[in-house]
Amino acid sequence: MKQIQNTGLALFLVGLTLFTSLIFFGKYEVSLELLEEIVNNKGIKSELFINDIKANVVGKEFTNPFSFSSKITSAIETANETHKQNSEWDKVIWDKPHSFTYQIAKKAGSGFIKENKWLYWWLTFGLGILGALMYIIPNVVIKGPPGIKNNGIWLNASTNRGWIGWFAFMFLVGFYLLLYFRPDYIVNWTYIVDPISESLSGNLASQWFLYGFLYCTVMSVMAVRMYIKYRHNKYQILRTTSVLFFQIVFAFLIPEILVRFEKPWYDFKNAFPLDYDFFFSWNIDQLIASGGFGLFILVWGIVLTLVIVPVMVYFFGKRWYCSWVCGCGGLAETLGDPYRQLSDKSLKAWKFERWIVHGVLVFALVMTGFTLYSYFTGSEAVLVIKTQTIQDIYGFLIGSIFAGVIGTGFYPIFGNRVWCRFGCPLAAYLGIIQRFKSRFRITTNGGQCISCGNCSTYCEQGIDVRAYAQKGENIVRASCVGCGICSAVCPRGVLKLENGPEKGRINPTDILLGNDVDLMDLLNQK
Amino acid sequence: MAHIVIIGNGISGVTAARHIRKNSENRITVISAETKHFFSRTALMYIYMGHMKYEHTKPYEDWFWKKNKIELKQGFVNSIETNSKTLHFAEGDTLQYDKLIIATGSKPNKFGWPGQDLECVQGLYSKQDLDSLEVYAPNNKACKHAVIVGGGLIGIELAEMLHSRHIPVTFLVRESSFWNGVLPKEESEMINKEIISNGIDLRLYSNLKEIISDENGKAKSIIIQETGEEIPCDIIGLTAGVSPNIDFIKDSDIETNRGVKVNRFLETNISDIYAIGDCAEQHETIGYRRPIEAVWYTGRMMGETVAQTICGNRRAYNPGHWFNSAKFFDIEYQTYGWVWAQTKDNEARFYWEHESGKKCIHINYDKNTREFIGINTFGIRMRHEFFDKVLTKKQSVEYVLEHLADANFDPEFYKLHEKEIVEKFNTENDTNIQLKKRNWKRIFQPN
Ligand SMILES: Cc1cc2nc3c(=O)[nH]c(=O)nc-3n(C[C@H](O)[C@H](O)[C@H](O)COP(=O)(O)OP(=O)(O)OC[C@H]3O[C@@H](n4cnc5c(N)ncnc54)[C@H](O)[C@@H]3O)c2cc1C
Ligand code: SF4
Repeated sequence: MKQIQNTGLALFLVGLTLFTSLIFFGKYEVSLELLEEIVNNKGIKSELFINDIKANVVGKEFTNPFSFSSKITSAIETANETHKQNSEWDKVIWDKPHSFTYQIAKKAGSGFIKENKWLYWWLTFGLGILGALMYIIPNVVIKGPPGIKNNGIWLNASTNRGWIGWFAFMFLVGFYLLLYFRPDYIVNWTYIVDPISESLSGNLASQWFLYGFLYCTVMSVMAVRMYIKYRHNKYQILRTTSVLFFQIVFAFLIPEILVRFEKPWYDFKNAFPLDYDFFFSWNIDQLIASGGFGLFILVWGIVLTLVIVPVMVYFFGKRWYCSWVCGCGGLAETLGDPYRQLSDKSLKAWKFERWIVHGVLVFALVMTGFTLYSYFTGSEAVLVIKTQTIQDIYGFLIGSIFAGVIGTGFYPIFGNRVWCRFGCPLAAYLGIIQRFKSRFRITTNGGQCISCGNCSTYCEQGIDVRAYAQKGENIVRASCVGCGICSAVCPRGVLKLENGPEKGRINPTDILLGNDVDLMDLLNQK
Repeated sequence: MAHIVIIGNGISGVTAARHIRKNSENRITVISAETKHFFSRTALMYIYMGHMKYEHTKPYEDWFWKKNKIELKQGFVNSIETNSKTLHFAEGDTLQYDKLIIATGSKPNKFGWPGQDLECVQGLYSKQDLDSLEVYAPNNKACKHAVIVGGGLIGIELAEMLHSRHIPVTFLVRESSFWNGVLPKEESEMINKEIISNGIDLRLYSNLKEIISDENGKAKSIIIQETGEEIPCDIIGLTAGVSPNIDFIKDSDIETNRGVKVNRFLETNISDIYAIGDCAEQHETIGYRRPIEAVWYTGRMMGETVAQTICGNRRAYNPGHWFNSAKFFDIEYQTYGWVWAQTKDNEARFYWEHESGKKCIHINYDKNTREFIGINTFGIRMRHEFFDKVLTKKQSVEYVLEHLADANFDPEFYKLHEKEIVEKFNTENDTNIQLKKRNWKRIFQPN
C-alpha cells in the first residue's frame, strides 16, 4: 500500500514538474499575415506600434514566452506613451498589455506542445490525476477503519506550516500571479486544454477556461479524498457531492455550453456581490443585447441576491450557499480541507475579520452604486471619482489579489477560508442575516463538553467553537459556513448543526446542564 | 478584599477562579506546578496523536488571566500551615491566603509492583507525562513495543495514542472484559472487539507481576502474573486508575482519607479551606455517586458551587443527574442516568445492537414502576437535555422509546435506527409503542 502511495506521489510530482516547466518552452513567431489579422480584428490605429512589431518581432523566432512578451508589451507601452502625449486618444491601445500579448501569443505559438496537445494533457493532467489518486485511495486501508483520523496533522510539514506548506504556498501564489497578471506566459498551458474547450464551446481555450478546468479537476480529485476521509459521515459526503456538482455543472459546463449557443457566459449560482461585475455596464449591455434569455439572467441575478439567498439563509443558515453550492467554498472544502486547522482562532483575528469583511461589502456596494449611477445617468464619474477607476481598483485588489492570490494561495499558511472569512462580500451579507434572522445554529449538547479544543482547531473560519461549547451555549456566528467539521471531530458528541425555532437559539448560560438545578436557574436568570 | 488562593489550575480550580471573579473583586491567585496556563487534560492524547498542538488545548487565550485579574503562580506547594494561613513552596518562598481552595487533582495509581519506578515506566496524567512519552515512544523505531497496564479510560486512550504511531501495544487488563466494572457485559464485549480489531494485543485476566530492568535501570520487559510470560518492551504505561494527589497535605491539620474530606459545602474540617475536583472526598455519598469522582464534569460543577460559597452565597454541592462520555477508538460513548454493570433486583434492561457491532443502546428501567433509570449509548449521539428532563420528570421507559427521535443528536442525514429499536422493544416486551416523529417544539421547549 505504501508502495502504491509512493509511486503515486512520484507520478504526481512528475506531472506537476512537467506542467510547470511547460512555461519555459515553446516557439513563437509572428508572420505579417498574423499581424494584419490582429490589427484588423482589434482595430489598431497606432502605426508606431505596428512598425515597432514589424521591425522587432515579425519574422523572428522566440524560444520562450518571456522575451516574446517583453518585446510586445514594450512596443505597446512606448507607442501608448507617445500617443498619450500627443493626445491621440483613438490610437492608444487600451487593452492590458499582457492580455493583448496573450492573444497574439496564442496564435503565434507553434511547436511540439501545440502539435501534441493530447499527449501533453496526459503527461501533465493525466499523470497528476493518476498519481494523486494512487496517493489518496490507499488511505482507505492505511488510515484504518472509518472515523476521524487526524493523526499526525500537526506533525507533518505539509499541514503544519512546515517547509512543504511554504513550498505549496509559493507555488499557488505564483500560479495565481501568472493567471491574473501574466496570461501571456502560460499560453502553453492553454494549448493542452484546447481540445476539451473546443468540444464544449467550440472555441480555443483561454486562460480562464484553463483555470475552470483545472479547478474542476482539482476539486474532483480532492473530493475523492473527502469521500474517503469522511466516509462515516453522511453530512460530509452529501455536502461534498453538492459542491462538486455545482462547480462542474453550473460554474463550468453550463456557461461553456451557453457560449456554444451564442448566449452570454453565465454561472447561475454565482450571486452578486461575489459576482461583483454583474451590474457593470458591459455585462448589462451584453445581457440586454442577447434578448429574452439575457433578460432572464438579469432578473434571475437580482432575485437570487435579494430573495433566494436571504430566504434560504433564514431557513438553513448560510451553509446552503457557502459549503453546499459556492465554487470558492467548494475549492476550500476539497483542496483546502487539509489546511483547515491553520486558521487563526484568536479574538484579535475575529475583530480584524469583522472590520475587513464588512469593509469589502461596503466597498462592493459603493462601487456598484457608482456603476449603476453611471449606467443610468451616462456620466463617467460620481463627484470627482471615476467609476472606471473604482471598478479597476476593486477588480485588482479584491477580485484578483484577495480572492485569488491571497484567498487560495495562502491556504497552506492561514487556512482554507481566508477569502471566505476575510474577503467575501457575499459571505458578509449572508453572515448578517445568519446572525440576526435565521433558524440555523450549532446546538451545544448540555454539559458534555470536555474543552478538548478539537472543534476550534478544525474550524476553518477560525471560530472558537469551544468557547461556546464549554459554556453550554449554542454557536450562532455570522461567519459560520456550516461545514460540519466541528461536529465531526468532537470526540464527545457535543455539537449538532440544526435548524429550529428562532426562540432560544442564542442561549447564554452561566452554569451548565448537569449541576444543581436551583443554582442553574438562579444564575442563568440573573 | 480577601485573598483567595487556589492550588491547582485544572478544570475545577480554574472554574472556581472564573466564577469568583464574576461575583467578587477578591484577589485571586491560582497555583500550579504543572503548566503556566490552564490546559485541557482530556486533550493530552490528541497532542501526541498530532491532532492538536499544546497551544490548542488551552481553553482561554493567554491574555485572559491578566484581563480578569487572576494571578498565576508557578510553583509546587510543599506544605500548608493552617494556623498562620501560609503556603510553603518547594522553591523556598511562601504565600499567605485568606481562603484556600485545594484543587490538586489526581495522580496515577501504582500498586507496589516491583520495578514500577524504573525509567520508561510512566503514567499518563500530566503534561510532563506527555513530554516523557514523546521521549520514550517517539515512533516505532525507537519504541518497538509498548505495554499498558490497567484497563480503564486512560489505558485505552494510551493504546490508541501509541497505535496512531504504529507502535505495537500489549494491553493488560485484570478483569475478564474491558472496563466491566462499569460497563454491562454487552458493551464491554463490544469494546473488547473494537480494541482487538485495531490490532491491539488485548490480554484479559492479566495482572502485572513485575517489571524487569536492564543493566542501566531502564525497564526492558514485564512479566504477567497469570502466565509468567515475559514481554519485552520499550515503554510501560501504568493506567490502573488514579487517586487524589494530596501527599503534601497528609502532615497538615486538614482531614484526609483517600482524598481531602469535605462536607456537602465542599468545606474541609479547617475553616476557610475547601477542596474540589478529583482530590475531594465526600463524607457521605450523594445519591449513587462515589465519594470521589474523578471526572471533568464534576470538577467543573464543584468549582461552580464553591465559588458561590466563597462569595458569600453558601451553597451545598448538589449535582444533577449523572452523565458522562468517552470515546473508545472510533466508538463514541455517552451515558445519562445509571446503567450499572450488574442489573439490580428492581431493574429491567433493554439492549439493542446494530448489525455492524459498532452501535448499541442499553436502557435501564424499573421493572415495577417502569421508570426510566438510565441509558448507555454507543455510536449514537443523544441529547443531554432530553434525558435530563426525562430523569427529572421520572418519565417511563415507554415515554423514552416513544420520543427516541427527539433524543437523537447525530449529525443531519445520519441513518437513524429508532424504528428498529422500538420494534425490538415491542417484540420483547409485548408492548405497542409507536415512535413519534421528531418535533422541534418539544425538543427546544424549556422544561
Ligand atoms: C488522559 C486523561 C483523559 C481524561 N479524559 C476525561 C474525559 O474524557 N472525561 C472526563 O470526564 N474526565 C476525563 N479525565 C479526568 C479529568 O481530566 C479530571 O477529572 C480533571 O482534569 C480533574 O480536574 P482537577 O481540576 O480536579 O485536577 P487537575 O486537572 O489534576 O489539576 C490539578 C493541578 O494541580 C496541580 N498540583 C497538584 N498538587 C500541587 C501542589 N502541591 N502544588 C502546586 N500544584 C499542584 C497539578 O500539577 C495540576 O496541574 C481524563 C484524565 C486524563 C489524565
Ligand atoms: S470538540 Fe467537543 S468536547 Fe472538544 S472542546 Fe469542542 S465541543 Fe468540547
